[in-house]
Amino acid sequence: MGQNGRKVVITGLGVFASTGKERESFFTNLINARSGVRRISQFDPSPLSVQIAAEVPDYNPTDHFQPKRLDLLDRFTQFALLAAREAMESSGLEVREEERPRFGVVIGSGMGGVQTFESGCFNVYARGATRLHPFTIPKVMHNAPTSQISMEYGAQGPSFSTSTACSSSAHAIGAAFHLIKYGQADMVLAGGSDTPITMSMMRSWESVRVLANGNGNPASACRPFSADREGFVMGEGAGILLLEEYERARRRGANIFAEICGLGMTSDATHITQPSVDGPARAIRLTLEEGEVRPDEVDYINAHGTGTPLNDVTETEVIKRVFGEHARRVAISSTKSMHGHAMGATGAIELVATVMALERGVVPPTANYTRPDPQCDLDYVPNQAQERPLRAAISNSFAFGGLNAVLLVRRLKSDPM
Amino acid sequence: MDVAAKVVEVITREQHLPPGTVTLNSTFSELGIDSLEGVNILFALEEEFKIDIPDAVAQNMKSVTQVVDGLTRVLEGKDISDLVAIAKGSTPAASH
Repeated sequence: MGQNGRKVVITGLGVFASTGKERESFFTNLINARSGVRRISQFDPSPLSVQIAAEVPDYNPTDHFQPKRLDLLDRFTQFALLAAREAMESSGLEVREEERPRFGVVIGSGMGGVQTFESGCFNVYARGATRLHPFTIPKVMHNAPTSQISMEYGAQGPSFSTSTACSSSAHAIGAAFHLIKYGQADMVLAGGSDTPITMSMMRSWESVRVLANGNGNPASACRPFSADREGFVMGEGAGILLLEEYERARRRGANIFAEICGLGMTSDATHITQPSVDGPARAIRLTLEEGEVRPDEVDYINAHGTGTPLNDVTETEVIKRVFGEHARRVAISSTKSMHGHAMGATGAIELVATVMALERGVVPPTANYTRPDPQCDLDYVPNQAQERPLRAAISNSFAFGGLNAVLLVRRLKSDPM
Repeated sequence: MDVAAKVVEVITREQHLPPGTVTLNSTFSELGIDSLEGVNILFALEEEFKIDIPDAVAQNMKSVTQVVDGLTRVLEGKDISDLVAIAKGSTPAASH
């Protein structure tokens, strides 16, 4: 291992989201600007002022898991396992017994098993239950997906979970990248999962007044960077990628989707909800420095792009500060306009979209864009996907609490076999 | 109430086993019931019978017969001091 660490590549992609339950339909829907936002179906949302979310449609757990196994799996762990299965299948990876200690799992989640916990609390407070189900803890804990995935694949290496709200899975993938780069693991399944569409979660977000109210027209509720944007739409889902040390991937003839070459992490250290320009800007600079990629080599930015009035103005300013003149040329889009804000999963879902965009030379659009905001005056790829060759791309994640993580991926430079 | 039949029914249901697998002579270990599944069965029995199973009784429930015996004693309010004595020094059902 050189002083600068080892090269790390992405050899598996898995996604389970409102806009697609596997990567091909997911990406096709994104480039066709099809939204996954609908009226909430997991419970009756009638009492809510915001009754829409980006839910995974027509989901039946017993299609995927044995009943006995399901007893121990909250919805967020089910989604994580399904995305991990796709990541493993797409990678063609077979892990030999002696390689297991070098195989890790790092999964982020903002809310953990909130559905299980909420129904348990309902039983305690509303129904006077004097005991809760003994599976409550193993289902609710944030590390449940990490543990369940590591058991499913016999991954015995460094494994943990991250929780940094909307940046959870970007931090997870970044940590996994460094585990491999600096020699502590050779393969890591990394990503995030969150399923926060519950009555209490919706009520909590409603009162922050950051949700878009699009009950009449759910599909166009989320309009990032557009002058008439109203906020974000709650989402759910999971995204998981297989990261692998490059030489190992090459030796086994793996299909390499992209190289992951940078991670920038910063903390605003200013305000618990209000984003700064400085923190995210430093995170982008750090990721470019690590990857030794010049700002003008970045051809696509998958924005944090929540669609709140404040985020989109701040993020635009951040991009201008880091990229200068190139800010006007780089393609920027918010795929949250379609798959919603899947909280701790969103960074991973967006990295899957970013990697597929890079691989195919197609930038997914920002859907539902209607008219320019003078304070958001860059190229947000409005409504129509753009075909263009992409050399490198970043995926931004800026969390509530001011914790930022930016990931950098690039097309693998062809080198002699 | 047929306590034994109810116990067999609860264990069968909670373990997702085919009917007929659980008999009065089955031990938890024969049925492949681990420590976490054991506490799940206790929970289900407490719900089913609307009772609290004291830890001392619970720790001596490692077979269907022991479950039926322990439950019967709790349901009938019998003395469990012998089980309390046995339980001393033993390990809890679930670790961590």
